[in-house]
Amino acid sequence: MAQNLIYSINGPVVTIKGKTGLSMMEMVHVGNDHLVGEVIRMDEELTTIQVYEETSGLAPGEPVTTTGGPLCVTLGPGILRNIYDGIQRPLPALEKESGPFIARGCNIPSLDPDAKWDVTVTVKVGDKIVPGQIYATCPETPVILHKCMAAPGVEGTVTWVAENGSYTVNDTVVRITDKNGNERELTLCQKWPIRRPRPVQTRMPAQRPLITGMRVVDTMFPIAKGGAAAIPGGFGTGKTMTQHQLAKWCDADIIIYVGCGERGNEMTQALTEFGELIDPKTGRPLTDRTVLIANTSNMPVAAREASIYTGITLAEYYRDMGYHTAMMADSTSRWAEALREISGRLEEMPADEGYPAYLPSRLAEFYERAGYVRALNGEEGSVTVIGAVSPPGADFSEPVTQNTKRFTRCFWALDKALAYARHYPAINWNTSYTEYITDLAPWYYDNVGPDFLSCREQIASLLLQETSLMEIVKLIGSDVLPDDQKLVIEIARVIRVGFLQQNFFHDQDTYVSLEKQLKMMKVILHLYEKSQALVARQIPISKLLRLGLFDKLVKMKYDIPNDKLEMFDEYTAEIDQKIGELLRA
Amino acid sequence: MILEHVGLSQINGSLVVLDGVQNASYDEMVVMKLTDGTQRVGRIVMIEGDKCVIQVFEGTTGFSLDNTRTTLSGHPMMVDLSPEILGRTLDGLGRPIDGLGEIYPEFRRDVNGSPINPVSRVYPRNYIRTGISSIDALATLIRGQKLPIFSGSGMKHNELAVQIVKQADVSDGEDFAIVFAAMGVKNDVADYFKKSFEAANVMDRVVMLLNLANDPIVERIITPRAALTIAEYLAFDLGKNILVILTDMTSYCEALREFSSSKGEIPGRKGYPGYLYSDLASLYERAGIIEGRKGSVTQIPILTMPGDDITHPIPDLTGYITEGQIVLDRGMDATGVYPPVSVLPSLSRLMKDGIGAGYTREDHNPLANQLFATYARVQDAKALASVIGEEELSASDKRVMEFGRAFEQKFVGQGNTNRSIEETLDLGWELLSMLPREELDRVDQVMLDHYYKPQVNNAHRDLGTILKK
Repeated sequence: MAQNLIYSINGPVVTIKGKTGLSMMEMVHVGNDHLVGEVIRMDEELTTIQVYEETSGLAPGEPVTTTGGPLCVTLGPGILRNIYDGIQRPLPALEKESGPFIARGCNIPSLDPDAKWDVTVTVKVGDKIVPGQIYATCPETPVILHKCMAAPGVEGTVTWVAENGSYTVNDTVVRITDKNGNERELTLCQKWPIRRPRPVQTRMPAQRPLITGMRVVDTMFPIAKGGAAAIPGGFGTGKTMTQHQLAKWCDADIIIYVGCGERGNEMTQALTEFGELIDPKTGRPLTDRTVLIANTSNMPVAAREASIYTGITLAEYYRDMGYHTAMMADSTSRWAEALREISGRLEEMPADEGYPAYLPSRLAEFYERAGYVRALNGEEGSVTVIGAVSPPGADFSEPVTQNTKRFTRCFWALDKALAYARHYPAINWNTSYTEYITDLAPWYYDNVGPDFLSCREQIASLLLQETSLMEIVKLIGSDVLPDDQKLVIEIARVIRVGFLQQNFFHDQDTYVSLEKQLKMMKVILHLYEKSQALVARQIPISKLLRLGLFDKLVKMKYDIPNDKLEMFDEYTAEIDQKIGELLRA
Repeated sequence: MILEHVGLSQINGSLVVLDGVQNASYDEMVVMKLTDGTQRVGRIVMIEGDKCVIQVFEGTTGFSLDNTRTTLSGHPMMVDLSPEILGRTLDGLGRPIDGLGEIYPEFRRDVNGSPINPVSRVYPRNYIRTGISSIDALATLIRGQKLPIFSGSGMKHNELAVQIVKQADVSDGEDFAIVFAAMGVKNDVADYFKKSFEAANVMDRVVMLLNLANDPIVERIITPRAALTIAEYLAFDLGKNILVILTDMTSYCEALREFSSSKGEIPGRKGYPGYLYSDLASLYERAGIIEGRKGSVTQIPILTMPGDDITHPIPDLTGYITEGQIVLDRGMDATGVYPPVSVLPSLSRLMKDGIGAGYTREDHNPLANQLFATYARVQDAKALASVIGEEELSASDKRVMEFGRAFEQKFVGQGNTNRSIEETLDLGWELLSMLPREELDRVDQVMLDHYYKPQVNNAHRDLGTILKK
């Protein structure tokens, strides 16, 4: 076959003239430097390739060679603790090879070929292997057991197994013969194309919450394991902070953190912080169950487009082992912009705001890869996706936010006004929503308390009342309101400042158990109930405020340590006593 | 043998098309000689077969289809680097224009640079004291950070930048240098910076790159890249702490838009190219600190928001890339508050890890939070007062209003003074002490016991009334 030669170059888009023998989405090496690229359009005259690296210095006439398959990730032990770029090149290994600045054309294996893993083979000669079946395990990190599974499509009878012992990812551990008599060797790793979802047995309803320790999320707008959530917010509203916080504390087994077109220093921060943070559940650093994918904003734009898919494929792989994985994508807007940029270079007809018309379908494909499933091997696992959205000018009516809204069922809207007042997490309780609450209600009822949901509703209703009252207050001041409405405003302040606002840098407040969340709600509602009795007796609210109970509750999140929840009884008793005195007086 | 290509097949604005070229590579520099003996440089921005689209930096005035001879240089845009570059004044492409002769290069580097591997970065933690309270306390500048100033035409952003340069702690050491890149600024502004650097006695540690308002706009696209390449060389090869001032980023973006539309690209928002975000990121992300190297690159880009609109694509995309922003406020500027820093939208994302015990002072973070929260209340009270009049406000709102005035006049409007971090933080507590202790809900009790000083309360009440009069 004739060699394929570059014909034209325009930014990350390269074309080849004539018939090429390549197929759509095939991964190719471009030019003398072997830059990684992918075929994205073909017709009789031209084959178009998007290149995942800087193209400067590339010249027409340089060769394009095929790799024979689509853009794939390598799945096997050694993924955890690693940090990859958008096309799964390990950045620490890249640093060793090319120094602190990323050079082009470095083809480094995604998994360290020399690392030895302590493998236990779990099948014996004569066993039938079906897709998804686990044939070997090895401890990948002290907290995660890696399970090597037969890739979809691999089927047969075991003819040979290796002794238990230490092997590298490319060593054969099992040999099988399929029904046609062909022999296949199974190693510790497998390849999977990033744009194709990994098959599952069935999708199951999402009925368990992802517990985050963030009050406004767990109580007000919970997300289910296997769900999808969007965090939209203008710059400076704390998207990245919220994502980091979720990654650090949520109760998923595996965290995949994708920094998609964001800041380099932030990725370094995630890297150091996750390494320093000791996971309370395992007593080990958080990195033992984390993968970072860092494609910062100055790294090639086409690799940014791929990074989201790389991340979710890794998440699906661990899901198939029976783990609950959570993937944070920061930010999907940068991914959409990469789509737009490449679409522009292809001179496609733009739709809304220059985005390609296929933006909604791409978003849908991506978010639909989240789910709570029964894997091919019968294990239950989930992929939860939390995508940050960065709407230009904090205008939520732009296409990426609007389309993301359609495909996620949980929407945590970050608010500039709250962020300016340093109310973090700046999740606006009026514009955010979750559709998971009805699915999760039985779980909360059984595991937290039967009254959890009614407390949540009362809190939500008080906040709603406050919002409408504030409209009046903004016009004429709070002095004119009757006392019962003033009370609503006061108690809503306690809810906002004492409950919804959370200090991630305070050691007691950074993670709050559901039990404490419930108790906090209860004591706030208790105060409200008792105060209502006072107001009904025409006792002026100023007297009530002088008791200092409201301010005490605002600070309870700091004053009541997480291991001394019995102190809530003292708070309730104090409310009863002080208000009782006022009633008798 | 050097091939010369005679003539051109098309000229369109600053873009020309050259046919029949062999061995051209993408992003390569070309030299174009005119028959009158003058010479211009250009860059290949698109190749299709043997046809190249070339962007000419100094404009195409005087070009015709047959009076040019084009030579390929075989490499991308390079800038000459040598330790002697300090103290020099260069043009927008990094060539000396101060009449002091050529720079004898030790290195020549590609102006596009390469992205820093996130693994090789060191997370910036070392704060830079600027002596300006509103910045030091509320939007702390960190070494290795990119912190832009969002301003508007006619506001005092240049003065603020100069004050930062003069007062910044880094400026004491010998290993400190400034790279100043002017993009489309007026001659007077460039002069102002030059004079200020001279007055601050740092001129021998400044590299100036000037692409002034009347210089060709295409050159402007290279100016910040050349400046950052020089900065990276000074920082990571010579181990210096570099402060890069890029002004005015708005002119840069407009140049990019002009260039993009002449190439016939599909425009994004407000006609800016769809890749404006990636393009700006390729500049701003060149700030940082690298593991195992001594120096650092800190960036202060200055941009004037068209129509003071912070949602305009330029400030908007900048804010998404940079680690915070310092926003100037026209209202405050008009009432003579200097520096007119608009406190609420200003932010430094890196400050949380560079302040507190061991860096500044233990109370810094809660104090900053409380000042923000209280000042946000001031805005609510102001809004209410503008409807019902200040007299009708509740006692607590009135106190807050008083606090707001004192805060703007004393804390923000400090003028040309240089405050130590202790002075700044103490002043913050002094102001907070005008309010009742219960209203300080962002600070825990231990901190309040130590720093909250209600006895100075009355003194400040008086100040409040004085200011009112």
